[in-house]
Amino acid sequence: MLDLVWLLVAIPLVSGLGLLVWGKEADAWGHLVATVASAASFVLGVVAFIELAGRDADDRSVTHVLFTWIEAGPFHVDMAYHYDPLAALFVLLITGVGTLIHVYSIGYMAHDERRRRFFCFLNIFVAAMLTLVLAADYLVIFLGWEGVGLASYLLIGFWQHKPSAAAAAKKAFVVNRVGDLGMALAIMLMFAQLGTTDIASVNASIGSASTSVATAMGLLLLLGACGKSAQVPLQSWLLDAMEGPTPVSALIHAATMVTAGVYLVVRSNGIFDASEAARTAVVVVGLVTLLVGAWIGCAKDDIKKALAGSTMSQIGYMMLAAGLGPAGYAFAIFHLITHGFFKANMFLGAGSVMHAMDDDVDMRHYGALRTSLPITFATFALGYLAIIGFPGFSGFFSKDKIIEAAFGYNVWVGLGTLLGAGVTAFYMTRLMMMTFFGEKRWRDEVHPHESPLVMTIPLMVLGAASLLGGALLAGDWIVDWLEPVVGHTEHHELAIPALAMSAIIVAVVAVGATLAYLTYGRRPVADVAPLDSQVRWPVRAGRHEMYGNEINEALVVRPVQHTTRTLVFLDGRGIDGFVTGLADRLGEASQALRKPQNGLVRSYALGIFAGATLVLVALLAVTLA
Amino acid sequence: MTEYLSLSLILFTIGAVGVLVRRNAIVVFMCIELMLNATNLALVAFAHQHGNLDGQIAAFFVMVVAAAEVVVGLAIIVSIYRTRRSASVDDADLLKG
Repeated sequence: MLDLVWLLVAIPLVSGLGLLVWGKEADAWGHLVATVASAASFVLGVVAFIELAGRDADDRSVTHVLFTWIEAGPFHVDMAYHYDPLAALFVLLITGVGTLIHVYSIGYMAHDERRRRFFCFLNIFVAAMLTLVLAADYLVIFLGWEGVGLASYLLIGFWQHKPSAAAAAKKAFVVNRVGDLGMALAIMLMFAQLGTTDIASVNASIGSASTSVATAMGLLLLLGACGKSAQVPLQSWLLDAMEGPTPVSALIHAATMVTAGVYLVVRSNGIFDASEAARTAVVVVGLVTLLVGAWIGCAKDDIKKALAGSTMSQIGYMMLAAGLGPAGYAFAIFHLITHGFFKANMFLGAGSVMHAMDDDVDMRHYGALRTSLPITFATFALGYLAIIGFPGFSGFFSKDKIIEAAFGYNVWVGLGTLLGAGVTAFYMTRLMMMTFFGEKRWRDEVHPHESPLVMTIPLMVLGAASLLGGALLAGDWIVDWLEPVVGHTEHHELAIPALAMSAIIVAVVAVGATLAYLTYGRRPVADVAPLDSQVRWPVRAGRHEMYGNEINEALVVRPVQHTTRTLVFLDGRGIDGFVTGLADRLGEASQALRKPQNGLVRSYALGIFAGATLVLVALLAVTLA
Repeated sequence: MTEYLSLSLILFTIGAVGVLVRRNAIVVFMCIELMLNATNLALVAFAHQHGNLDGQIAAFFVMVVAAAEVVVGLAIIVSIYRTRRSASVDDADLLKG
């Protein structure tokens, strides 16, 4: 079976591309084929996982070369997959959550006339994401990396008739290009310094290179990870990406693609282990992003954007954990998986709410939806309890471990993550209160109704996973499982016992949740957002996404535009001016030369006689002289 | 000797002026023949003076080429006359730039 892992990628790819070119008659059944393709990948993934788990811990890694992709002198790239415990977990997450979201989309996109195309793109995304996590070579990772970028672009801009969606897609693509540049440079550096881009060889031989090379490589990979995972400073695209259909936000911009950056860091653990500086940079980026994302989440009234801020923040946690080195890799992946469950659950729940509210995303128009949407409310609540870290839920275990590891690394970083946990509880409680509790603030023509079963069943499954995902940590299973990939997970002894640490975290979470309850649960929520001038600066900054767009505009866009204009001027007036000027002069000269050619034979004859005479005179002059 | 060369020069000049000033293609053509024959005369005169046959052979070559040229030239003139109803060289100016 492990020789057939390539089928995981091939099935959704063939299905996606096939449906894309099939034609109109596939409109009726295309979505079913796409869903079955994704489910088939999931079944294969489960079978492969069981087979891998049946092996000895030292033997849990299969590298299978499909064909040689590039062969040029010393440069050799195989199209090969590397199936190991880390890849296996990702395969299950991507195909599992992916299949649920396919099912959900059948209901969510039922009235969209371009539903078949939507499912094609989803299939292509699944194939590209699987390529990314199964790749055995950084160049093949890059292939999947760009593939998910393309799918993300196509799906954010799926409703391209909306200018805002088209602009958001373009923005995501351009910002991701910046990150991709870092990734491409890192791969070039690997080849230049180590002579190979094979992941295993690079991570094994990085020790022989100097620390500065490892640092440069780590920072470039981090730049790539920042672009894909919407980490500061390349975070600005994620909130705009919410223009896409909600299942896309759940699958790509919450559960899977945006976590690719974390995957990259963990997969490159050899490089990051070799460079203290690069790891510190990852921790700083993660910490800043987790606080910035949480801050934004507190201020947004748009339910999807509040969740997007939360996604940024949670990925910040993962990044931070990955930056802690061997102490955190396993917990980064653990949080990534539990986050994949509960955030996909909540995004799909938000989609269900929007479905009920005629696609209104403003939480100030919601309120008291728990009775109208009982299933959505119940599943959303499971996700909510998971993300804030309610004891027993999956998020409790994963976040707890990260905060503990962060305190073991540095007390200030630990306090940052603890603060983040409190703020998470605040904004998620705010979201719950504004959406499901309080007064009805519905617009007149809205009549909320529960979504069909095809949409609520995925919600129930993901809700259960949000509740039970913590079981992965039972007996340190996930830590042992990932040990062959990320090495032994170091454990720092804290000054206080782990139980006391958990109690402190729960207390901070409780404070955050209570504050939000007092602010939004006890008091009525205005159904029109206060103007910017009426709110204090922290809210204003959060609403404006910490002025990320303005900073980009001032630091990058304007200078580049100015340079472009200067270059265009120089090109037009300088280089073009010279070339066209030369051409103009040549044209004028040839116009003048046309005149003597008048078609009159006698004038030509006169020319010949005159010339002959001239030659004769010259000859005579020479002879006589 | 001088007489021959003078006659040759006069004939050549008449021919050259004829080519330049006359419009009728036939007359221009005859003037060209006149120039060729003036040259032939000069060649033969020089051959006689030097006492060898080089000049005369050259004159024969000129005659042969002139005969061929007459064939082609007259054909062109007839063809131009058929299409344009005119034998004036100034009317055939389609190749102007």
